Amino acid sequence: MTPTTYRTCPRSGLQFESQAEKLMIVNAVTAVVALLVGGILAIGVVLTRWPTIHWLAADTFYMVLTAHGIDMLIFWIIFFEIAVLYFCASTLLRCRIATPKLAWVAYALMLIGAVMNNVAVFQGNSSVMMTSYVPMMAEPAFYLGLILFAVGALIACFIFFGTLVIAKRDKTYQGSVPLVTFGAVVAAIIAVFTITSGAIILIPTFLMSLGVIQSVDPLIYRTIWWAFGHSSQQINVAAHISIWYAVAAIAFGAKPMSERVSRSAFLLYILFLQLASAHHLLADPGVSTAWKVVNTSYFMYFAVLASMIHGLTIPGAIEVAQRAKGFNNGLFEWLRKAPWGNPVFSGMFISLIGFGFLGGISGVMMGTEQLNMIIHNTIYVPGHFHATVVVGTTLSFMALTYFLIPVLFRREMINPGLAKLQPYLFGLSMYFFCLVMMGAGTLGVSRRHWDMAFNGSAMAYEWPGAAYLLMGLVGVAGIAAIVGGALYIYITVGSILWGRKLDTGAVSAKFTPIPPTAPTLVAQSYGSAGFAAPGTFVLAMVFLVSFVLYYFINWKYLSQVWGLS
Amino acid sequence: MSAILPPSERLWWKHPLDRVEGTWIVISLIWCLIMFAMMVGWHIWGKQNLSTETYKTTPELFTRKTQAMVDKYTVRTETEEKIPVVAPPAGSDVYLIARLWSFWPILELEKGKTYRLHLTSMDYNHGFSLQPANINIQIVPGYEHVVKVTPNQAGTFSIVCNEFCGINHHTMVSRLYVK
Ligand code: HEM
Ligand SMILES: [Cu+2]
Ligand SMILES: [Cu+2]
Repeated sequence: MTPTTYRTCPRSGLQFESQAEKLMIVNAVTAVVALLVGGILAIGVVLTRWPTIHWLAADTFYMVLTAHGIDMLIFWIIFFEIAVLYFCASTLLRCRIATPKLAWVAYALMLIGAVMNNVAVFQGNSSVMMTSYVPMMAEPAFYLGLILFAVGALIACFIFFGTLVIAKRDKTYQGSVPLVTFGAVVAAIIAVFTITSGAIILIPTFLMSLGVIQSVDPLIYRTIWWAFGHSSQQINVAAHISIWYAVAAIAFGAKPMSERVSRSAFLLYILFLQLASAHHLLADPGVSTAWKVVNTSYFMYFAVLASMIHGLTIPGAIEVAQRAKGFNNGLFEWLRKAPWGNPVFSGMFISLIGFGFLGGISGVMMGTEQLNMIIHNTIYVPGHFHATVVVGTTLSFMALTYFLIPVLFRREMINPGLAKLQPYLFGLSMYFFCLVMMGAGTLGVSRRHWDMAFNGSAMAYEWPGAAYLLMGLVGVAGIAAIVGGALYIYITVGSILWGRKLDTGAVSAKFTPIPPTAPTLVAQSYGSAGFAAPGTFVLAMVFLVSFVLYYFINWKYLSQVWGLS
Repeated sequence: MSAILPPSERLWWKHPLDRVEGTWIVISLIWCLIMFAMMVGWHIWGKQNLSTETYKTTPELFTRKTQAMVDKYTVRTETEEKIPVVAPPAGSDVYLIARLWSFWPILELEKGKTYRLHLTSMDYNHGFSLQPANINIQIVPGYEHVVKVTPNQAGTFSIVCNEFCGINHHTMVSRLYVK
């Protein structure tokens, strides 16, 4: 065992082990580089889909779109998640990281894989979209890159589990792990399942691209690929919900309303989130109706239930904490008096509301077996997932970064005024971007489509004028969001490079265990008799009413289309 | 005690729950069950359910069946490529081939009549996106998907390929007539 040191951050009281700290920094910085590349590519994507600009040529557009999807959804998010996993294990439990050398190997594999995949895509013969549906084939390096990346990420998950074991063995804490770590455990368990599915289907596809195997069945490919592709979104959900809980704790000292409720909701994710690959096969031949119905609804929507629970308990916890501080007037004083100028909080809250109202509701629409027929492969789909994976996951990661700049990177943030603005610009323009994409999708406009005017086709279809208008707004909102994303990168990278250095804090060769917390008064004083968060409850009812209305509007719309049986 | 510290009550599963949470869980659960029932119920009472009748097929086999339909029921041809417009009898089996980068042939159906529409692809995945009705179905090579359709409006419809299928994906669009 290599000797290591532990640093106690004077600003947060968190304890960082030096190996883990370096790994977190490197993984997080690599993630931001991937975001930068993906963001530059987004300019090309969005300016091509803006009909009056229609910038890139078709082949470039499809290449750029393939790279945008992969760099954002896979590389940016997973590199950042690995940093979050190490943080939730080593930092929150105050222990050393398991096998740091192996963690560097994992990082190297991920990095090599990411670079290899990008090189393959930019060589131009692998414009197959991130889904790479067979029998359309990319270059072998495309698949090999993804496989190496997956192996690296899988190793990192096991290092996370190993770190939990070390914490337990060294008795760095007593009782159960913190809720945020618990959420990270859920994310990592889902990740193991998911990444394994990904490898199961990408390895034969890689062999097929080398000519070793004759063919991979297109429908089996879709089924297994989506067991990876969909479930990996649940890693993101578990991760960003953990971050929301963490931010509530950091910004307000909020404790979960009920550990039992929040943890049980996380457990529902493990039980049911492996389902739902059917979301992407609802319009496919060959899979049975019963399987579609059970799988798409995560067995009766139990995972949706879990998300609805987190959606209430997180603002609820904030409300309870704020009321305890005396913001007790009316239903919403606690919310009005929240630190809206602190990007850690505002980013998290904009993320939570957008994820619920835009991402959550639209996700259930698309995931309803019959409603899927009026949405499948329209641009509604990217509208939905930019609300989940950009407003939800990406914006939460941004919010967390603002916390980490002084704490982990030990730098003073440059330009706090811009940082204050950034979550609003990025989050709100993304809200609008998602809404107009969903609008265009409702009119039928296709996703992954270079030219909605069908230039060069004898039988072009004329989309309604409103569809052109909405796609123009997609362009405007997309550019605004890209500016918001650029601000994030400027602030983050700028602070790391030029921010004033902050003091390291006490360094010691030994860890200091987490002192046991005494049972608090609050824990006993609000039980089943109270109604501790009335404001949050009202917000939740607003959410429910929007959900119900929009749900039945879609059924009404469906009932007017052709009969199908 | 907060979400980033271990819970102070060791037995977190005994932690009490507030009425706000309890009520919301019950409401959410009911809503989830309603949504589930809706999906099942629509199979019984609803008129828009995607069939899952599917057969394995090959390009040769499917082309032969399509050609037979075209030979029998072609009423005219359209465009420079002389794509046949086929008007098969109500209630019959109709075939549509998707391939790089066209649909073949053009179908002419009757309003209010039900047809068994057979879909497959000769090469990559394609999309069947009927506009402006906005019905979207995935077309997977190797699989013959039989969908029963009942047009409820007359007019000229378009079939847009909405699964990415290569460089000319954006030119893959066809027509469908309903009389
Ligand atoms: C910053 C602003 C961003 C803009 C303006 C933007 C724009 C777009 C647009 C317009 C599309 C759809 C193109 C089409 O289907 O024809 C798209 C696709 C996509 N975007 Fe973004 N995006 C942004 C950020 C992100 C982020 C942060 C992520 C992930 C974390 C992301 C993940 C994806 C994915 C996975 C696709 C699908 C690619 C595919 O269809 O294979 N995007 N983006
Ligand atoms: Cu096509
Ligand atoms: Cu296509």
